[in-house]
Amino acid sequence: MAASSAGIGTLLCKNINKQIEIFYPTNRRYTWCVIRRICTSISRFRCQGQIKRKSAPKELVGVVGLEVHAQIQSITKLFSGSQVRFQAPPNSLVSFFDASLPGTLPVLNRRCVEAAVMTGLALDCVINRKSLFDRKHYFYADLPAGYQITQQRRPIAVDGTLTYSHLGGTRRNTLITKSVRIKQIQLEQDSGKSLHDDRRGQTLIDLNRAGVGLMELVMEPDMSCGEEAAAAVRELQLILQALGTCQGHMDEGQLRVDANVSVHRPGDPWGVRTEVKNINSGRNLARAIDYEIQRQVGVLKNGGTVQNETRSFDRKSGFMPEPNLPPLIVYDRPSTAPPCVHPSQVVVLEEVRAGLPELPRARRTRLVESYDILPEHSFTLVNEDGLTDYFEAVVKETKAGPRKVIGWVNQVLLGLLHHHSLSVSQSPVTPQMLAQLLNLQENGQISSSVAKQVFQELWRAPGKTAQQIIQEQDLGIVSNTTEIHRICQKVVDSHPDQVQAIRGGNKKVLNKLMGLVQKETKGRADPVLVRSILEEKTS
Amino acid sequence: FIQRLLRIEVSLALKEGRISPTELCRKCLNRIKKTHHLNAYITVSEELALKQAHEAESRLSKGVSKGPLDGIPFAVKDNFCTENIKTTCASNMLKDYTPPYNATVVQKLLDQGAVLMGKTNLDEFAMGSGSTDSAFGPVRNPWSYEAAYREKSGADPDADWVIAGGSSGGSAAAVASLTSFFSLGSDTGGSTRNPGALCGVVALKPTYGLVSRHGLIPLVNSMDVPGIITRSVHDAATVLGVLQGHDVKDSTTVTDHPTPLTGLPDDFDPRNIRVGIPKEYHGPGLSQETLAQWSRVADMFEQAGFQVEQVSLPHTQHSIVCYHVLCHAEVASNMARFDGLEYGHRSDVSSSTEAMYAATRHGGFNDVVRGRILSGNYFLLKQNYEHYFVKAQQVRRLINEDFRRVFGSGVDVLLTPTTLSDAMRHTDFVQEDNRTRSAQEDIFTQPANMAGLPAVSVPTALSSRGLPIGLQLIGPAFQDRSLLTVAQWIEQKVGFAPIRYHGDAGEGEIRVDVLPSTPTVWEKNYLIPC
Repeated sequence: MAASSAGIGTLLCKNINKQIEIFYPTNRRYTWCVIRRICTSISRFRCQGQIKRKSAPKELVGVVGLEVHAQIQSITKLFSGSQVRFQAPPNSLVSFFDASLPGTLPVLNRRCVEAAVMTGLALDCVINRKSLFDRKHYFYADLPAGYQITQQRRPIAVDGTLTYSHLGGTRRNTLITKSVRIKQIQLEQDSGKSLHDDRRGQTLIDLNRAGVGLMELVMEPDMSCGEEAAAAVRELQLILQALGTCQGHMDEGQLRVDANVSVHRPGDPWGVRTEVKNINSGRNLARAIDYEIQRQVGVLKNGGTVQNETRSFDRKSGFMPEPNLPPLIVYDRPSTAPPCVHPSQVVVLEEVRAGLPELPRARRTRLVESYDILPEHSFTLVNEDGLTDYFEAVVKETKAGPRKVIGWVNQVLLGLLHHHSLSVSQSPVTPQMLAQLLNLQENGQISSSVAKQVFQELWRAPGKTAQQIIQEQDLGIVSNTTEIHRICQKVVDSHPDQVQAIRGGNKKVLNKLMGLVQKETKGRADPVLVRSILEEKTS
Repeated sequence: FIQRLLRIEVSLALKEGRISPTELCRKCLNRIKKTHHLNAYITVSEELALKQAHEAESRLSKGVSKGPLDGIPFAVKDNFCTENIKTTCASNMLKDYTPPYNATVVQKLLDQGAVLMGKTNLDEFAMGSGSTDSAFGPVRNPWSYEAAYREKSGADPDADWVIAGGSSGGSAAAVASLTSFFSLGSDTGGSTRNPGALCGVVALKPTYGLVSRHGLIPLVNSMDVPGIITRSVHDAATVLGVLQGHDVKDSTTVTDHPTPLTGLPDDFDPRNIRVGIPKEYHGPGLSQETLAQWSRVADMFEQAGFQVEQVSLPHTQHSIVCYHVLCHAEVASNMARFDGLEYGHRSDVSSSTEAMYAATRHGGFNDVVRGRILSGNYFLLKQNYEHYFVKAQQVRRLINEDFRRVFGSGVDVLLTPTTLSDAMRHTDFVQEDNRTRSAQEDIFTQPANMAGLPAVSVPTALSSRGLPIGLQLIGPAFQDRSLLTVAQWIEQKVGFAPIRYHGDAGEGEIRVDVLPSTPTVWEKNYLIPC
């Protein structure tokens, strides 16, 4: 964050009878690494690969645990009626409570409780029917009350599991499925933001984010490398987005990940852990963790000791129960709620469970079953934002089978998108355009190699249809038998050795001749026809 | 023209047009000026009061009263937020702080047409039991200037005045000196009842959760309750009737609809009521005169047919120590927000944010507050938490259990002293430090806060020094009405005479004859256990 790039101003903080300095974070977003998609396939490090040696089975391995702060998607904050919005004018979303005016009290937002319960259920957690709020004290300018209200003693959900997968194997096309234990999910307040303006020697504070509801998810140290951690976070992100409990944009700070990293020899106690904090993308998470593992391995191999350096100054003076909030009760059924409380004021487990949407895992299973595609195909479809919808839209409008479509979508389309750092929604080729193209191929109007060529054209000039491109560039299939006969004869005549080999029984060489024919015809010749002519001429 | 005004009578007089709200407001404002030496008020909201009185007057002239409090002057302890009126907590930290909102209790009173006269003095952030530790100077007990005390002490009252008690000393003095007809205090360890007893007025601490704390600048959130100070039990019931009930802004208020407090029954059968006398309250330091009053009222009960019995609250003796741990811990937490950033005093020191915090908090808080923050943070340290805070909470549960057992056995109400003795001379009181004083003065009142129970102090007599003595009644949770019913019985039997003001010639005192209370629907035998 470069202070110089942020406009700085002074504004009368609404509803607070004192001027406080604020800053305009207009450029801030773009100074961050804007990578929302977690791309596990390009991680520079492979799980354990860099530290495992076949000759020494008891080598040092990484141990990674995560703390994830997920901003709850809600209209208002956790304990006040202020709106929750990203990039609103500074200090425009601040209630008396958010500014910690004396005498104000927290009032729990039911939506936030529901979101936490829903998230807990989706992660197979035990939902505590009674949970408690605590104050966690520390002095910080963007924490106006001097404490954060959180759930330290008894969180709303505990003991869950997050099952995640990543692509592994030498060709990185094998689906590896693992799981990490969720220790707890706790409700807590977000802090404000402070910016230190060194030039003017000021600290500027924006309280818009102060008091926004967070779910803190604590994952046990069941992971061993950056790739696993990134894959687990990506799966969590997909689950939260499916549930609608968190928008999950890491670049907007809606999902923030801190990692605890240590190394040890399997079987030994864990080593000293360090913290990798404030990571704003999955790719950076994987890199930062792997870097830290390597650093620790290096330190230990050189006879040094790992030091926990991130907590040089601990401002926390401890916890105490939040006296202004009664215990939070979640009821099993509507009938178990007390009659004096209005139904709109209670959270009922049965109702939240009934409202659970299709989760990513179920979605992948459904895709595999209904389209007869491979699990790793479904993994890619679900992990890329919008790709499933794209795929299904193409399948719906084309005669080509889903297994054919999946190749186009997962390889051709996604390859180009990645190459140009675009999201699926930014693709210049719409599902309809791709479907038309595939139909032309299915109808035998173009060959598969031409189809790929046309796809490139569509990408470059999205205003045109596939049909137009084919006509303009004369890419239609050549089924003129005489012409194909002539070209085949030319190829056979100029490659006597290969013809000899085919005649000797090596039928595979025929493919080479076919390729040469297609080269001559710019891929437009009907391959079935070419094959039969070549077979005839080489028999 | 000697007046002994109960609020309800003024209300009636207003309704009948015998006195106008504006006239009444002016008289109270005059009295505030005349009793300026008491230092009961930090802020007098004269302009607003006259405006509200004028509005009440136009309502009453049209015959559209908002209720029994319409046009009635009242005062509010300066730790309740009042919109556009300074709220200082008697601290330099907030000496120029004007809140942008009204506390729920203040808003409810304003909605009823009550006329706010001003904000009353207190110990800084309500930490104290004498109203002597205020950034605006100590409160003087109005009884210091009464003939009974002056004749007996023989000293100049300006040199030898007695304390008002605290921390709501200003609110008690305001009502005792008739500058307001009722006032709001806050009660965390006895802060409403203690000054109520020392100033000879009725002081009610309702059940925790019955009255909203929203807008009350907290001392100890789990024990704070807005208190009501009046000149009669009946008035206390009327004000409680307005204030009680669920507030969406305070999640600790009960959602059940509370019993209406339209009137207190006075024809119940005493034989159905069991009065407990806790033996542990007969402890060292209890003055002979207060003990005598305690016995006198217990005897009155017995003679009237109440079942009076000795009970035991064995853990009461630990209440004060336990209170100090919990109180200081919550104080440390609650005071953390006063860092000079968003509001309040801010030091000029700007070498670093930490240096600014330190200088701000050093300059903004007095020694008492800083001392409690220091010890509170010590109790909250990770390594100390189990030893102090958790232990104190366990003891708190034992204290609760004592009360539950006694009330569970069928006892309806407990009778105890409110304070050890009558009011001390200021010069004697300040010999000891605040902590020692609070430990001594809160001893009888504090356990009710620990357990969240309703308690009321009722004046019973003047001591040989000519100063009031009060007794306390403690009831089971949410039995505030029953508690007040018994308190009213005491009030009627003891015949305590509040301060009367002699009208100066030409000034014109409030000319209202003492009238019988308005007829209300009495519920018979309300207290009979089912």
